[in-house]
Amino acid sequence: MSEYLLTVKNLKTYFPIKEGLVKRTVGYVKAVEDVSFSVKQKQVYAIVGESGCGKSTAGKSIVRLIEPTAGEVIFDGKNLSSLSDEEIRLKRRDMQFIFQNPYSSLNPRMNVYQLLSEPLKTHFNLTENEMQLQILEMIDKIGITEDQLWRYPHQFSGGQKQRISIARALITKPRFVIADEPVSALDVSIQAQVLNLLINLQKEMELAMVFISHDLNVVRFISSEVAVMYLGSIMESGSTDEIYQKPLHPYSKALLDAVPNIDPLKKKRRSSLKGEVPNPANPPSGCPFSPRCSRADDICRKEKPTLSFYKGRNIACHNPLE
Amino acid sequence: MSDIKRITKKRKFRKDNTLYLLLRDPLGRAGFMGIALIVLLAIFAPYISNFDVAEIHSKDRLQAPNSTYWFGTDNFGRDIFSRIVYGARVSLIVGIVSVSIAAGIGFILGIISGYFEGRIETTIMMVMDVLFAFPSILLALLIVAVLGTSIVNTMIAIGIVNIPVFTRTVRASVKSIKSLDFVADAKSIGLKDRDILIRHIAPNSLASFIVQATLALSSAILTEATMSFLGLGIRPPEPSWGSMLSESRAFMELAPWMVIFPALFIILTILSFNILGDALRDVLDPKLKL
Repeated sequence: MSEYLLTVKNLKTYFPIKEGLVKRTVGYVKAVEDVSFSVKQKQVYAIVGESGCGKSTAGKSIVRLIEPTAGEVIFDGKNLSSLSDEEIRLKRRDMQFIFQNPYSSLNPRMNVYQLLSEPLKTHFNLTENEMQLQILEMIDKIGITEDQLWRYPHQFSGGQKQRISIARALITKPRFVIADEPVSALDVSIQAQVLNLLINLQKEMELAMVFISHDLNVVRFISSEVAVMYLGSIMESGSTDEIYQKPLHPYSKALLDAVPNIDPLKKKRRSSLKGEVPNPANPPSGCPFSPRCSRADDICRKEKPTLSFYKGRNIACHNPLE
Repeated sequence: MSDIKRITKKRKFRKDNTLYLLLRDPLGRAGFMGIALIVLLAIFAPYISNFDVAEIHSKDRLQAPNSTYWFGTDNFGRDIFSRIVYGARVSLIVGIVSVSIAAGIGFILGIISGYFEGRIETTIMMVMDVLFAFPSILLALLIVAVLGTSIVNTMIAIGIVNIPVFTRTVRASVKSIKSLDFVADAKSIGLKDRDILIRHIAPNSLASFIVQATLALSSAILTEATMSFLGLGIRPPEPSWGSMLSESRAFMELAPWMVIFPALFIILTILSFNILGDALRDVLDPKLKL
């Protein structure tokens, strides 16, 4: 048994573009283009990137909520892409997914009790009493009272909804969870509260977690390792502290430079990023970042760099920063 | 252990009972009472009516409403009030049974074709499109012609004719619900397709379905009237509101009560069902539960 609970190898997810009367496939949107990383037991691994870079699609492809086009996902020693639909369904007890928007991820016609008992009924054969004990234990952790068990999602605030949604994902005691921007739909004032809850539960339940986010501050706070994604590919991955202190990839640096700083004495550096993210249906040749990169030269425009080990981390760049 | 007892207890005292909420709403109450009235008429028809439905009083033809014949008499001298009371049975049964057939089959087909894409969907929708392509009366007549004339076959025919509308409405709402996050969430939890359909998709596509059902109910009652008029529905002298209406056509100016009373009852029934359906849709919206 390897030290990694989850290993993703060359994951690719393409969406066909169909045109015309007979729905001919004329091309592909390469939402996830070659993503590889590994997550250890109990580790929080973050994926950051701009919106539209394919991080959510990557997350959904890992747990096969979207069928990946190619690549391997090895979870707990098993290759998920080789499992049948029924096998993967049973496996979901161990790997859960937390959605971004709690306003739409909870069925409006189910009350909290129904929402929380459903995963238990699906995966365990519990008596009514055992189930209620587990539900009571869980709502105690997420700060929902027993009276509120009979309420419906619309009667809760955004923060409460997301806590219920987290509880729903964690009540089967999974070993691995993907959190897809779990706080970005929430008001800033309650983001910290939900994040703390998530982190406490992660520690308490010894969960491995992939945390998808575009918020660099949140990522730094929560994760030990991070992968920076751009246009479907990982640009740089490694220890969060190291990358934040000294990004080696020009894109990571541009991304980190864009984080607002509250120290007025610190000299403001304007973001070095120009232009827009290219269309993933028609990506630039060579390095996907080359059209916007200040260090790009001929080889960057011709040849796509592969993710390789460099100075203690993985980086996909022909001209890394020193 | 005491905790657990409390949990189950609380559930029973919840006031989110659908009937309770329905009757609290003034419109729901009105619709409910209208339907209750018709249903009571139908059930207690023998006690309410003054005459036999087929009893001909040749001396009292085309009488205006009076103390003996409350709603007047028709061209054969039959008591309109008695015929209306008995007609309630036919109209209600035809409406409810045929809509149940259509709604039940249509709902299941709609959910299946909306959720599972590909060959199943194409096949179901192709059959529905063929059914849709026929004018509904023509199709109903065709079915009755094949099955033979009887009240049961009339109901089956009206039911089949109405299936495509339900399939289409339900399929459309299933398709839009399917793309919502909570369905993906249910999948990520590890639910079986069947449970996702029953617990997540079906309850959320009820709203348009209920409205459609109340509309279909009124049109079923009218279709039955049309078919009876054409001689392929209820056999005379058995009364149905529709056939009474069509029989009165020739005497409309001479004896307007022959038209007015059956029409009034048709309107009352349809209106009550529509109002009730509206109120029911609101009540089933969880956002209105307190």
